[in-house]
Amino acid sequence: MENIIIIGNGISGITAARHIRKLSDKRIIVISAETDHFFSRTALMYVYMGHMQFDHIKPYEDWFWEKNSIELMRAFVTKVNPEAKEITLDTIRTLKYDKLIIATGSKPNKFGWPGQDLHGVQGLYSKQDLDLLEVNAPNRDICQRAVIVGGGLIGIELAEMLRSRDIPVTFLVREDSFWDGVLPNGESAMINEHILEHHIDLKLKTNLVEIIDDGHGKVKAVTTDQGQTIPCDMVGLTPGVSPNIDFLKDSGIELGRGVKVNRFLETNKPDVYAIGDCAEQHEPIGNRRPIEAVWYTGRMMGETLAQTICNNRTEYRPGHWFNSAKFLDIEYQTYGWVFSTKGMQEYETQFHWRHPNEKICITVSYHKESGKFLGINTFGIRMRHEVFDRWLSEGAHVHDVMTHLADANFDPEFYAHYEADITAAFNRHAGVQLKVHKASMKSIFQHQS
Amino acid sequence: MNTYDRNMSLTGQPPKNVSAGQKWATLLGLAGLFILLLAVFNIKLPGKGWWLALSLGLIFGATYWYSKMAYANKEKGIKNDGVWFKSISSRGFWAWVAGIAFTGFYIILYFFPEYLGLVQGGQSKGLISLFDPLSKMLSGNAASQWFVYGTLYTVAILAFGVKFIWKYRHNRYEVIRTFSVMFFQTAFAFIIPEIMARLNGNLPYYDLKNIWPLNYYNFERYRINAFIDAGDIGLAMLIFGVLSIFVITPILTYKYGKRWYCSWVCGCGGLAETAGDPFRHLSDKSLSAWKVERWVVHSVVVFVTLMTTAVIYSYLGNDTSKYWLTKGTFLGGVTALITLVFLWAMIFKRKQLKQDAQYGAIGYFVVIIALISMHYFSGDGNIFLFKSESLRKSYGFLIGSVFSGVIGTGFYPIFGNRVWCRFGCPMAAIMGFQQRLFSRFRITTNGGQCISCGNCSTYCEMGIDVRAYAQKGENIVRSSCVGCGICSAVCPRGVLKLENGPLQGRIKPNDVLLGNDVNLMELVNESQ
Repeated sequence: MENIIIIGNGISGITAARHIRKLSDKRIIVISAETDHFFSRTALMYVYMGHMQFDHIKPYEDWFWEKNSIELMRAFVTKVNPEAKEITLDTIRTLKYDKLIIATGSKPNKFGWPGQDLHGVQGLYSKQDLDLLEVNAPNRDICQRAVIVGGGLIGIELAEMLRSRDIPVTFLVREDSFWDGVLPNGESAMINEHILEHHIDLKLKTNLVEIIDDGHGKVKAVTTDQGQTIPCDMVGLTPGVSPNIDFLKDSGIELGRGVKVNRFLETNKPDVYAIGDCAEQHEPIGNRRPIEAVWYTGRMMGETLAQTICNNRTEYRPGHWFNSAKFLDIEYQTYGWVFSTKGMQEYETQFHWRHPNEKICITVSYHKESGKFLGINTFGIRMRHEVFDRWLSEGAHVHDVMTHLADANFDPEFYAHYEADITAAFNRHAGVQLKVHKASMKSIFQHQS
Repeated sequence: MNTYDRNMSLTGQPPKNVSAGQKWATLLGLAGLFILLLAVFNIKLPGKGWWLALSLGLIFGATYWYSKMAYANKEKGIKNDGVWFKSISSRGFWAWVAGIAFTGFYIILYFFPEYLGLVQGGQSKGLISLFDPLSKMLSGNAASQWFVYGTLYTVAILAFGVKFIWKYRHNRYEVIRTFSVMFFQTAFAFIIPEIMARLNGNLPYYDLKNIWPLNYYNFERYRINAFIDAGDIGLAMLIFGVLSIFVITPILTYKYGKRWYCSWVCGCGGLAETAGDPFRHLSDKSLSAWKVERWVVHSVVVFVTLMTTAVIYSYLGNDTSKYWLTKGTFLGGVTALITLVFLWAMIFKRKQLKQDAQYGAIGYFVVIIALISMHYFSGDGNIFLFKSESLRKSYGFLIGSVFSGVIGTGFYPIFGNRVWCRFGCPMAAIMGFQQRLFSRFRITTNGGQCISCGNCSTYCEMGIDVRAYAQKGENIVRSSCVGCGICSAVCPRGVLKLENGPLQGRIKPNDVLLGNDVNLMELVNESQ
């Protein structure tokens, strides 16, 4: 019986394990140094906020693993030897494998700031980071102010978490506007406003210079390149993540920023594969980045690789891009490609609509000449994944999309509808006379008939 | 444990503390309850009506004020911060205090109403007599312990309904649904029956939205006699009672799922969704709890069906010339109906039933048919091995009082707010059976957007592991779902939507969007 070892029990590794089990009776060992059981990393914030307990963010009950004979091991892999086909655990024990899947995820970036290793300074990625946060910032008495450095998704989540305990937060963002490397300007501006509404002290165009020691090895304040000194008890470093692959340095496995893989998620060494956040494609796929630290792509890679492991060598072909996030109270979804204003492609035109009072907006991207629909960002309106996936596959014209937008609406029943306003605004924007069609059950569910 | 754990607030956000205003509101609410307590101890309160108004006003006003301070000045959105840190909402000290107090209240109400002031055959005293002025205003009669309970129940739904609306004011489904339960409780359960009693003293108390088998005593002899004696209006109500379970319920459940009743109309559901909302996350989500649920709730359906059949059978005659409905025709009809439902499920819906559900259905069917056929061998009034009266009494005690009241509501802070609806309600089980097999309702999963965070499962009051379906891209079609819509509300990624759609493809998981981009044409060909 083949012995499959998976390093990492995150979404990629666990998806691979589950699907290998579905397809075969191979021996599966999942090794993690972080936790005994798989949990939803994206949900860690809700544990700190008191929405859930840690047990709730585990998608499977604890008996699940034994019942499906997936062996779980709590250990840290210190070395991989692809020639001998073995790995070393905690520097002492060794374990043989027939096939090895590296799914070790990411680690928070640190850019060599003075004081970045002081007590009270931390990132937010792992279960251990969450436990540390309970020490550094359990409440407002112990943490009278927190400073967050880095304006991305983890940064704003950390800000929301701390605010849930009434802890004053200063949020240092290097860019001119929140996440404007990804979001078009209108959307980014709306999120800026929302951050301020939540009483978060947002400082744009501000870089961290130094984290100051209180004399006992703990943070006392930070200084910025705007000349400010901000006293604080906790510093959250959230300037992105990078692949967690230090233990592979001398293994002979080809590394770039991540573990280099081909389209079949194979590394340069036979029977060694890498998936999830830590995998780096030799050539990016379409508009995607070579390293995708996203829940959904991790899941897809795990599913794809399970096929390959079970003798059905399958190429990783991750369909149309989609993603989602929540910025405080505003839900965000994206389907297809909408580039930021800075990063706009020369073939791309964008149509932006924002509600006059509510924090709701959308941006639709389409091809300048052909009018082909390229993608949509939506804030505060839920949209139907399948419908957009179909439109993207069919290469729908933006006029079709704007006419049938109601079919894509996924808001709960009785919610206000904005299709009429959106299409009217589009008509003014594009100088056309489109009429909104009502949602049609038939076209929404057409794939199922 | 830190000191914040001893916070007794329902809605504050520890480790934030409650505001000074909220403390005042709590004090006023407790003052309202204190007036009721004074009445319990027979303290003479001159001008009872005013004291009653003051007490209920304080309770309602304090809840309103407290909620407003908790939510009104915040951005609209999900307000679950600190739910698992607060003692009252995380099975802490205050949760046990509240649970024991509620349970004690139910035990007194059902089994020792004399402590509330009930005097057999005489004028009530104490708490019950405090409610006399209100009762006389509505129905013209003195209050009973049930009137006291009904009034407090309605005040709770209204006050906590307002709180719920503040909390979910960004969500129109929740707002409209909550107005609906507040309306049905106030009008149908509280005011209309009292006014009907004033207009026609012969009519039995009838909350029109309380449908058999939830209203398990609806077809008992004394009620049937009273309906018939009350003339056309009584007869109309009796016919409505029959239609509501056999015609209205199936149609509405087909179109909208059982939510039309459980979370929009029902009084039990109304209390669970309003006063019970702070406890919804306490329901047990384990697979083993689901197994227990299925056996218990369906056994209750069998029990109530047998009991009602036996009770009706016991007072019907044998002579067709006196009345068309005789013992024989009635039993024949019941047998035919149950056989039809059973055959329909086993022939047309068998594929949708899991193995144990099939065994269960066969087992229950055999038991019912065996018991019914036994009547041919047993004497009058002794159908089903037991006396119909003792069946009725034990159902009333075990299910009607202990399960629905003492455990179902009393233990809100320990087991969650839908214990009765999930494990005990026969009405919910019947509609759930239909919802699972023959309804347009489903919770649609939005393609591949699920991040397995678990908010949906955690906040499902019915203990459904919603995430287990959502992360597979599968729609949620579960008999227990009451359609409260909270899973959809708390989802941070817009994955869940309650909707009514075509029966075809109602459950189908969405492999295409979850995983690797498979060949679409291949998939289409496969499914044909």
